[in-house]
Amino acid sequence: MNELIYFFNYVVIAGSVTGCIYAIGAVGVTLIYSILRFAHFAHADMMTLGTLAVLLLTLAFPHAGDPLGLPTAIVMLPVGMAITSLIAVGIDRAFYQPLRNHGVKPIVMVIASLGVTLMLQGLIRLFAGTGSQNLYVDARKEIFRIDVPGVTRPIILTEPQIILFVITIIAVVGLHLFLTRARLGKAMRAMSDNPDLARASGINTKLIITLTWIIAGSLATLAGTLLSLDVAFKPDLSFFLLLPIFAAAIVGGVGHPYGAIAGGFLVGFAETLAVFNWSVLLRPLRDSLPTWLELPTNLALVGTEYKIVVPFFILIAVLIWRPTGIFKGKVI
Amino acid sequence: MNPTSKTPISNNSASQHAASRRAMPMRELVLFGGLAIAVLAVFATMGPAYSTRMLVEASCYAILALGLTIQWGYAGQFNAGIMGFVALGGFSATFFSIPVNHEFWSSDLPGRLGWVLLAMIVVTAIVFGISRLDRIGVPKLLRTTLAIVAGLVGYLVVISWLRSVTGDIESQVEFIGGLGLPVWLGWIVGGVLAGGVGYVIGHICLGLRSDYLVIATLGIAEIIKAFLKNSDWLTRGTATISPLPWPVPDPGEVGFLTARALYLSVTVVMIAVVFFLLHRAYHAPWGRMIRAIRDNEVSAAAMGKSINRRRQEIFVFGCILMGIGGAVLTSFNGLFDPQGYLPLNHTFLVLVMVILGGPGNNLGTLFGAVLVYVIWIMSGPLALALMHAITALGGSWFDWQPGNLDSRALQARVFVIGLLILLVLRFAPRGLIPEKVVHHD
Repeated sequence: MNELIYFFNYVVIAGSVTGCIYAIGAVGVTLIYSILRFAHFAHADMMTLGTLAVLLLTLAFPHAGDPLGLPTAIVMLPVGMAITSLIAVGIDRAFYQPLRNHGVKPIVMVIASLGVTLMLQGLIRLFAGTGSQNLYVDARKEIFRIDVPGVTRPIILTEPQIILFVITIIAVVGLHLFLTRARLGKAMRAMSDNPDLARASGINTKLIITLTWIIAGSLATLAGTLLSLDVAFKPDLSFFLLLPIFAAAIVGGVGHPYGAIAGGFLVGFAETLAVFNWSVLLRPLRDSLPTWLELPTNLALVGTEYKIVVPFFILIAVLIWRPTGIFKGKVI
Repeated sequence: MNPTSKTPISNNSASQHAASRRAMPMRELVLFGGLAIAVLAVFATMGPAYSTRMLVEASCYAILALGLTIQWGYAGQFNAGIMGFVALGGFSATFFSIPVNHEFWSSDLPGRLGWVLLAMIVVTAIVFGISRLDRIGVPKLLRTTLAIVAGLVGYLVVISWLRSVTGDIESQVEFIGGLGLPVWLGWIVGGVLAGGVGYVIGHICLGLRSDYLVIATLGIAEIIKAFLKNSDWLTRGTATISPLPWPVPDPGEVGFLTARALYLSVTVVMIAVVFFLLHRAYHAPWGRMIRAIRDNEVSAAAMGKSINRRRQEIFVFGCILMGIGGAVLTSFNGLFDPQGYLPLNHTFLVLVMVILGGPGNNLGTLFGAVLVYVIWIMSGPLALALMHAITALGGSWFDWQPGNLDSRALQARVFVIGLLILLVLRFAPRGLIPEKVVHHD
């Protein structure tokens, strides 16, 4: 039983955490794609930027969360989301809109977003240095140990993980209601279906684009902050997020928000399952195995240092067998 | 056809041609003149040995930039993983040129490594065979399940075997050493390796949306880097390998300046050859076909051109050039450090060279490569000085005291490169020396 608890702690919980982060990130990518029709490579850096905003706010008011009993970073999250959304809209106005008005090819927009990536990276490292910082300023991370009867090893959950699950559910349900019930949400879906028709039927496409950036910026801040709460803020966060997020968006079908959520969890769990050492689970069987079959101590599919290979191979497999993604995406 | 009716037309077009030829070189002359003055200024201020090193590195980057200009400029494919191909080339140059590790070859380790490689081939063959079982009537579902199970088990067995062998190599002989062959052989194989990886990536992605190629190349670059960094048995990983032999006499034999000048002559000859071949290819029917596909894919397909095959060719050619360029660059640096391959230096700098110089125009690309490299090298000290000034101001006004100033100043250059990409895309999308499209009436 101890082994199963170990499996639960290191695969189910860890996989759900990464899955949530990737899902929220991939939803942002896929929304931008469905409205603006280009792969926004600066999205992972927008996450880092949002986290940096939250970090700076937390450093400025380290005890703002105490009366509510929440970590300060969570209380500061809405402000950070607003700031990041503003920056995202600003970047769109300054760099993407002129190119869009010129009617450039999507690939040029992709290169422009790589340019934005570099600018954001430069700015972030200029202000935050290169070291990692904890988002818990002057506070302690709570760790819950849940004892399971009959087993010595407890299930371990941390406070940020619980907050992460709750906020992810709220965000997903909120986005679903917005897209299906709200007038603007319906307009957004209309525009992603057919921009010309949407414009002809009187939808304010400029407003929709601004709204897309606001949602994308907010979601990016959310994902980045929740991830950093769980581990720590690192300026090179984006580097580890970019490939999995894009893999998740493509696996789910580009331009398909619910597919992005499924893709995020798929990539997250695939990563954790691949680096998990399976010989731990087989250990109880060791005595009953025949002598010629010796169990190696390390049965992980890939080493932790090759974690980045997993989203890449998922991506390649999807591109070969089902380029439209699990749920039929819009364009291939 | 009547020759008299043809002459005026050809005369006319020739004169138009001549006019455009006469008008255009002014721009190129001015730009190249300015570049020459800038290079001479560097020579005057930094000394000839430093400046020659800069020129050699710039010429290596020029080879990389020519590789990207055929992918991006000729065919509109964007490769965001130049770093990976550069690293592959660098590894090949290193592996072929460094001395043989006799300790490794005299032990039983090469044999064991050979067995692992053989097992790898056998497992691949078995899995491939199982995946074809449906041809003899096995149900498809059963075949897929069998193939996956066999692949998983085989992979786990081989990988644990490989781990034990590589662990022994690391603990007994440190790493497998090189082959002790001439370095130019490593350069060629570097190009072949990069081309092979490019072929696989291109085969998967080129028929799909152009964004997918960007993601896939980004990913493969990181994987190549992760592999080279973590395979201590092959590359010594973070311990790095140095020195690497040169194809020309070492600085120890003939002095820094002469050795670097000789190396420069080698790279210049390589660029001249590549430039000439590209020029011929561009003006050949093949080059026209490539541009036709880039400018209007549908009509090119309607003319019966095989679009995916041409794209594949272009992508592989570009990757080969990048591999060779990376090999030459690594040999020149004299140090193989897998962590030294940075997306910034080896992907985005090359991108800026191409889009600033003029995508699709080889001369423009050369110009962009040298110009951007000179600016990049010179911007280091400049950024430091600027940063010191800013911190002095920030310290006196806001009491802002950031640590590790030097690394932060270098980060400021990242910002400038990003801004430069965006500005060029916005205001000079065709570069400083645009591609000249010849019109035939």
